[in-house]
Amino acid sequence: MSPEVTALASGLEEPPAPKRTRFEEAWRLFRRNRMALAGMVIFALFFFSAVIGLALTSGSRPRFDPSLVRLQEKLRPPLSMPHVESLRPEELPAFGIYLFGTDDLGRDVFARMLQGAWVSLTVGFVAVGISVAIGIFMGGLAGFYGQRHIRLEQLLVTAVLLTGAGLLAAGLRSWGALLLAAGHAWLFWSISPWGLQRRKTLPAGLRFFRKNTLMVDTVIMRFVDVMLCFPSFFLILTVVALLPASIYNIMIVIGLTSWEGTTRFVRAEFLSLREQDFVAAARALGVGNLRIIFRHMVPNAVAPVLVSATIGIASAILTEAGLSFLGFGVPPPHATWGNILSDGKRFIFDAPWLTFIPGAAILIVVLAFNLFGEGLRDILNPRLREKH
Amino acid sequence: MTESLETVLSVEGLKVYFRSEDEVARAVDGVDFEVRRRETVCLVGESGCGKTVSALALLGLVPRPPGEIAGGRVRFCGEDLLDRNEAAMETVRGRRIGMVFQEPQTSLNPVFTIGEQIAEPLRIHLSLPEPEIRERSLQLLNDVGIDSPGQRLADYPHQLSGGQRQRVMIAMALACGPELIIADEPTTALDVTVQAQILRLINRLQQSHGMSVLYITHDLGVVSQIADRVYVMYAGVIVETGAVEQVFRNPRHPYTQALLESLPSRKKRGRRLYSIPGTVPHPAYKPAGCPFHPRCPRAIGACREQVPGMCGFDDHHVARCPVAAGRNAADWCTYGYPSN
Amino acid sequence: MLAFIGRSVVQKIVTLFFVSVVSFAIIHIAPGEPSQVDPLNPKFTPEMVERFRQAFHLDRPLYIQYGFFYRDLLSAQTLSWKDNQPVLHKIWERFLNSLPLFIVGTLITWTISFPVGIRSAIFRGGAYDRSATFISYVLISIPGFFFAYMLIIFVVSQFHVPVIGMQTFGMTDTAWFFQVNDRLWHMLLPSVLGATGGIAVLSRYVRSQMLEVESQDYVRTARAKGLPWEMVHYKHALRNALLPFVTMFGLILPGLIGGSVIIESIFSWPGLGRMAYEAILARDYPVILTINFIAAVLVLIGTFVSDILYVIVDPRIRL
Repeated sequence: MSPEVTALASGLEEPPAPKRTRFEEAWRLFRRNRMALAGMVIFALFFFSAVIGLALTSGSRPRFDPSLVRLQEKLRPPLSMPHVESLRPEELPAFGIYLFGTDDLGRDVFARMLQGAWVSLTVGFVAVGISVAIGIFMGGLAGFYGQRHIRLEQLLVTAVLLTGAGLLAAGLRSWGALLLAAGHAWLFWSISPWGLQRRKTLPAGLRFFRKNTLMVDTVIMRFVDVMLCFPSFFLILTVVALLPASIYNIMIVIGLTSWEGTTRFVRAEFLSLREQDFVAAARALGVGNLRIIFRHMVPNAVAPVLVSATIGIASAILTEAGLSFLGFGVPPPHATWGNILSDGKRFIFDAPWLTFIPGAAILIVVLAFNLFGEGLRDILNPRLREKH
Repeated sequence: MTESLETVLSVEGLKVYFRSEDEVARAVDGVDFEVRRRETVCLVGESGCGKTVSALALLGLVPRPPGEIAGGRVRFCGEDLLDRNEAAMETVRGRRIGMVFQEPQTSLNPVFTIGEQIAEPLRIHLSLPEPEIRERSLQLLNDVGIDSPGQRLADYPHQLSGGQRQRVMIAMALACGPELIIADEPTTALDVTVQAQILRLINRLQQSHGMSVLYITHDLGVVSQIADRVYVMYAGVIVETGAVEQVFRNPRHPYTQALLESLPSRKKRGRRLYSIPGTVPHPAYKPAGCPFHPRCPRAIGACREQVPGMCGFDDHHVARCPVAAGRNAADWCTYGYPSN
Repeated sequence: MLAFIGRSVVQKIVTLFFVSVVSFAIIHIAPGEPSQVDPLNPKFTPEMVERFRQAFHLDRPLYIQYGFFYRDLLSAQTLSWKDNQPVLHKIWERFLNSLPLFIVGTLITWTISFPVGIRSAIFRGGAYDRSATFISYVLISIPGFFFAYMLIIFVVSQFHVPVIGMQTFGMTDTAWFFQVNDRLWHMLLPSVLGATGGIAVLSRYVRSQMLEVESQDYVRTARAKGLPWEMVHYKHALRNALLPFVTMFGLILPGLIGGSVIIESIFSWPGLGRMAYEAILARDYPVILTINFIAAVLVLIGTFVSDILYVIVDPRIRL
């Protein structure tokens, strides 16, 4: 009854299905989503023009001068020719035409837009970079070490160190330095060989300090809850209004106030990944914790973070525009798109292009980012992929 | 069982394709099978051979994009099912054909009680008044072997075990007294002991309710226990069919033979287990000719060039392998040729 | 259940405490002085500045100031530093202004988002879905004030809808009916504006939840049972898809104190958002801290309500 099974069938060939790497597969899916593709193209254009714009508008004699005031040319509409007679030769705009018109101080709007592109780009990326970095750190801690408890002694050491730093900052130098030194000494002792030795055999009274207090996870999530209680725009507004206005402050503040989402994503991913078999397998093979985290878990957790990062860039740009509108943006004469937009609001009926051009630009760029982010989300979410 | 009974379900040349941007996956590539009254027919094959898709296609449950019915005919009690619109299909589903799915964990709606979910088909299809619905539900739960049915009616799915949930699924499928039950691997996700109970249950219900059963599985052991007739499927086509005893005792198609060969048994103790070399082809990239030929120990040149048709062997036992029937290239079987 | 509530309340109170400390710290750490005590302010002589400092307890250590502030807050005695009005009274007034905007905006948002999102999901990929998706994206991406100005230009030139303030001058003398009508007209643009962003986000979320539920096995079972199309989608799928939104309901609460600063600035609407903004500018600490505190309380109550609703609505969660 049984056929001969020893010899492999002649002509046993591999099934001709093409093999694709993960990137190729992702790219293939991405290509199908037209809007996401458009988003990426627009983003590339934006990036390109921001970089070129920076080159073209900075320096002392830039090709496109964004801050050259020509009061006699104020509020010229787009594509209008300059009044050559009233201008000195170096005041003429490049290409002899006001591509986007001029604003109320006679500055070339096109040049300002170019300069502003770079600012918007930086604000977006730096702010999101900060928030993602914080988010991954906090979320990773909470996710990976979440179930561990903070021991009392660790709490004490942290308190000592913080108070020392605080006192130092508040001016009580000697006390501050003393506490800091004490805290660091304790840290070194506990890591050193005799410290580790002594830990095993602590006298009963001192063992109290080894007690577990709160879980790491609880602490971090409560901290996130506290941050959540501040309506984000108000927080940014408060801090920005109280700090001296500068582009760096804005970036840092936006970054420092928007990490909650990332934290939650990363924590959720880590929590679920931690239970998965491949982590247990890696542990069984003796792979150290740090290596597990970075080589195995982070790449998997990256997906939702990437999505929220692209959308975060979009929202950072919008926030900057909003802040400029209220008067808290980057100080003049540096141009940002939000700046131009808010400066233009006074002339909305006389010179609509001052509002329209930056507004439309912001809209397109932010839209592109959002579409790109959503496209990423669709690709990276295996459940929403069509099944065969 | 050998007298010619009335055919309840008849499928001819069914094709279900899944189209994506650059490829067409031919999940079901021209299958013929039928189920007669009071019969248990098994559709058996490895994962990915198209058996589940075939079953879904019968009830119009294949997601329309990307899937599509690319051809064939399905007749149920004489009526054509494939060209009915959605509203007409709704009168067939649940009322005349019941379906039991594979994953009891996720197949019940978690936010409604068991009682509510069983009551739905009774209310919609039979328009029974409420007190009768309750009585009927209790009866059904009793039939499928769930104890304290009164309590269970008010429970939510997460409060039941896997085996109990599957019994509830069976009860829902039976609720309106259908003529055909399609069971898609109902026991795969359950323990072996529970599996045995469910199989016995299905058998018993079939006797008492007089319905036909189309049972889909990859487990040959299950086939031997409950089936009257069996269809063996591979890569979207039927490769062998016949009465269970015949096919098991005397498999003709090399694939069936290999399947049976790879079952562990006492005879093979101490020997290395047999496994079929190679892998199942991707449904979009099937080999030319016979889909099994790359892995077949008896393939000849003609197997690659000509698509084999069904060759008759014993009484009603046919297999799609001319080589097994002793034919050669000039004399290829063409009966039941899957039309391209 | 009771234990859960108890634990939750305790946690929330602890969080509230931390919030109060953090907001207090932020305000005092930031550079700048309230205008009355700014030594550079030419309006006040040094003696007056000194008196103000004492009155505001600014000369005491931080934790004592903290104590003073919260004693005043909890006994409803806080006074604004800018104009010496009772803070709570001021907040209440402005709140009543912001409230109708908020209610109308939220109503519009929720009543439009759900049908749009659900329809998009059920007919996924169709023309309706694609256009709704595209419009949503545009609405999310448009800078608020840009959109506002576009709307204003369009609407004012076409329909003469009023855009300044809450009511037209001199309206108080006319009949009750005209006053209400006038108010409604004034409210139209700001609330629609506030709602559009919300509609865009919420409808996308509804759609994605619905899509996720639609791909579940139990929806397939419902279809296999032969249930009519409407029942499959609107009973089986929807009920599951709505679960997270019931909990979101509780989180609307913090929006009460929100009030978009931008919208209120554009339309000169005397609302809570603007008041907070002006307080920040003037370093009016009591007002800022009070608003912050109330906002935090609302957030915490909102999350609390969400947690409770979640337990009630999802039968899988039983404590």
